[in-house]
Amino acid sequence: MKEGLEKNTESCCADMVLKKKGSRRGALAALLGGAATAAASTAGAALATEEERELKRIKRNEFFQKYYRAMTEEERAATVARFERKTKLETGMDVQIDSTSARPGVLFGYAFNISKCEGSRECVAACVQENNQDRTSNMQYIKLFEMEGDMGSVHGGDSEYSHETPVDGKYYLGTQCFHCENPPCTKACPTGATWKEADGIVVVDYNWCIGCRYCEAACPYFARRFNWKEPEVPAEEINPNQHYLGNRMRTKGVMEKCTFCIQRTRKGLSPACVEACPTGARVFGNLLDPDSEIRWILAHKKVFRLKEDLGAEPKFWYYAD
Amino acid sequence: MKKFVKFIFSGLAVVFTGSVKYYLWLGLLLSMMLAGAYGYSVQLREGLVVTGMHDHVSWGIYISNFIFFVGVASGGVMLVIPAYIMKDRDFLNVVLIGEALAVAALIMALLFVLDDLGVVSRFWHMLPVIGFFHFPQSMLTWDVLVLNGYLVLNLAIPAYILYCRYQGKEPVKKIYVPFVFLSVFWAFGIHLVTAFLLVGAPDKSFWSSAILGPRFLASAFTAGPALTIIVFSLIRKNSVFKISDDTIHKLSLILMFAAYANLIMLFSEIFKEFYWSSEHSAHARYLYFGLDGHHAVTPFIWSAVVSNVLATVLISFRSLRENHAVLVPACLVLFIAIWVEKGLGLVIPGFIPSSLGEIVEYLPTWVETLVTVGIIGFGLFILTALLKVFIHVETGAISSSGGTSALAAEMDMAINKRLKI
Repeated sequence: MKEGLEKNTESCCADMVLKKKGSRRGALAALLGGAATAAASTAGAALATEEERELKRIKRNEFFQKYYRAMTEEERAATVARFERKTKLETGMDVQIDSTSARPGVLFGYAFNISKCEGSRECVAACVQENNQDRTSNMQYIKLFEMEGDMGSVHGGDSEYSHETPVDGKYYLGTQCFHCENPPCTKACPTGATWKEADGIVVVDYNWCIGCRYCEAACPYFARRFNWKEPEVPAEEINPNQHYLGNRMRTKGVMEKCTFCIQRTRKGLSPACVEACPTGARVFGNLLDPDSEIRWILAHKKVFRLKEDLGAEPKFWYYAD
Repeated sequence: MKKFVKFIFSGLAVVFTGSVKYYLWLGLLLSMMLAGAYGYSVQLREGLVVTGMHDHVSWGIYISNFIFFVGVASGGVMLVIPAYIMKDRDFLNVVLIGEALAVAALIMALLFVLDDLGVVSRFWHMLPVIGFFHFPQSMLTWDVLVLNGYLVLNLAIPAYILYCRYQGKEPVKKIYVPFVFLSVFWAFGIHLVTAFLLVGAPDKSFWSSAILGPRFLASAFTAGPALTIIVFSLIRKNSVFKISDDTIHKLSLILMFAAYANLIMLFSEIFKEFYWSSEHSAHARYLYFGLDGHHAVTPFIWSAVVSNVLATVLISFRSLRENHAVLVPACLVLFIAIWVEKGLGLVIPGFIPSSLGEIVEYLPTWVETLVTVGIIGFGLFILTALLKVFIHVETGAISSSGGTSALAAEMDMAINKRLKI
C-alpha cells in the first residue's frame, strides 16, 4: 500500500514536470514557430514513452471534444472513459467517473440554520476534500461570514476570521452557490458551458468553458471560482468517486463551483458539507418531496434568502430557531 | 482579381518602405509587440495567475482596454456621418482615416478579449455552427456579432473605395452608400452592446445604470475625434497629404460638444452616487475616496476627471481650439483621461466591494502591462499601415497604371519623390 502511494506521488511529480515542459514548449512554439519547437521535441522524443504518447493522443482528442449537452449517450460514455484514463495517466489514480443524469421528481434545495452554526469551518474542509479543489491556491466554494447586527445582508461580515469560534454575540452565515432557479451566470455564458440541470443543480462543462469569466461577474453571490493556475491535488488526496459534471479533475483557465456534491446527491447521499457539519446547521433535500425535512423547514420556520429583490430565486434559505 | 492582388502587394510594399524615421517608428512598434508576445507567453504558460486579477476582481485592464477601444472604434462614425450623410467635402477627403482608426481600434479590442480568455484555444466554442452560440441570451455573443460585423464593414468600404481610386475609377455610390448607412447604425450598436454587457450583470450596482450606454457613446465620440485630430496633425507634419485647417476646426467643434455631453453624464452619475449615498454607492465611494483604507485607484480617477474638465474648458474657447499648439495637447489629455476614467475607473470599482461586500484590491502586474503594450503596438502598426496605403493611393503615388508591380526598391523611389516620409 505504502509502496503504491510512493509510486503514485513519484509518477505524479514526473508528470507535473513534463506537463510544465510541454506547456512552455507550446507557448514558445505558438510565438516563435519552427526552430524552437524542433529543438525541444528532439529533446522530448527520448523521454516519450507509450503512456506519454497516449496522454498526448487523449489531449488531442479532447481539443476537438463536443459540447457535453450536444453529445449522444455513446459519445458521453466514451468521453467519460477517456477522461478516467487521462486522470490515471496524469495522477496514477484509478477514479470512477459517474455521468448519471437528474432523477425525475427531484429538485434540490438547501437550508442553513443561523442559530446553530458555530463557525468551525468543518464544512469548508470537507468540501475541499470531497470536490478535489486546488490545494495550492486554497480554493474554497463555501464562505462563512462572522456577523453581528442585521441578518439579510453579509455586508460588514468577516469571512477571514482566524480565532476560536463561536465568539459571544456573533453569529455565522454560510454562503456557497445557491443554485438559483433563475441563474444569472448561465444566462451570461457565451458558450452555454454552464447550465441548470433538471434537478436544479447548476453545473459547468470544464471542457467547454473558455474562461471568459462573464459568469463570475454576473453571479450576485460570489459563488464561482476560476482556475487562475493549473490546479494541483496531491495524488493520495484525490477523491476517486467523481462525477463528470462535478468533482472530476479540472484544468487551468476554467470556471468551477459548488455542485451540491452532484457525485453524492444523485446517489441519494447528502452533500459533504451537510455531513461534516458538527451542529446540524445544514439541511439538504428534495423540494418536490412533501415529506422532506427541507419542506418542513420552509413550512414551519421564518426563512429568508439573500438579495431576494434580484429575482434570481436562489434555492438556499436561511432560518433561525 | 489579378489587379486586386497587385493592389495588395503594392500596398504591402508601401507599408515596409520609408525614411529612416519611419523605420525607427516601425522598430519601436515591433519592440512593443515583442514585449507583448513575451508577456503573453508567460501568461499562456502559467495561467492568468500572473495577472493582478483574482476571484474578487475577475476583470482587469484587459477588459478595461477592450471597452475603451470599442469606443474609439465607434468614435470613427463622427467622421462618417458628416462625410457620407451630410456630404461635407472636407470630411469626405479624410473619412477613410476615421475608418482606418476604427479598424485598428477594433482589432485591438478583439485582441483584448482574446488575451483575457482562460483557454484561448477554445475560442471557437463561442462561434455559431462549429461551437455553441448562446444567442440571444448572452450579451457576449451579441458582442461577437457586432464587433466582427463592424470590422468587416470598416474593412470592406474603404477597401472598395481605395481600390477604385487605385484603378483611377470613381467608386459607385449605389454600391457602397447602403453599407455606409449600415455602418453608422452599427457604430452605435457596438458601443451600446458593450455597455449592455456590463449593465446586464444583475448585482453590479456600479454598472447598473440606464445612462451607461449613452455615456459610453458620449465618451467614445470624445475619445475617437480626439485621437483623429492627433492623427491628422501627425499626417500634416509627416506627409504631403493635405488636411485643411477647416477640417480640423470642424472636427474640434464636434469634439467639444461630445466632451460636454460626456461631462454632463459623468456628473449625473456622480450626483446619483453621492447625494444620497446608499449601500449601492460603495463602489463610487471606493473609486473617488477609497473605502476602509483601500484607495489604489483614487489617484487615477482624480487625475482623469480633473484633466478631463481642464481640457474641455480649454477647447471651449474658439481662439484656443483653433490654435493647434493647444488643441493637439488638449486632445491627448482628453484621450488619456477618458481612457483612465472609462477603462480602469469603470471596470475595476464594479468589483470593489465584491458582491458579498468584501474589499480586495487590484493593480495590474508587469505581465498584463507588457501584453497591453504589445497590443497597443500592434494596433498602432495596423493604423500606420492602413494610413500609409491610404495616403499613397490618394496622392496617386501608387495606381494600377503607374507600373506598381515594381519591386520595393522602385517603390521607394517613387514614394520618396512624392512624399516627404
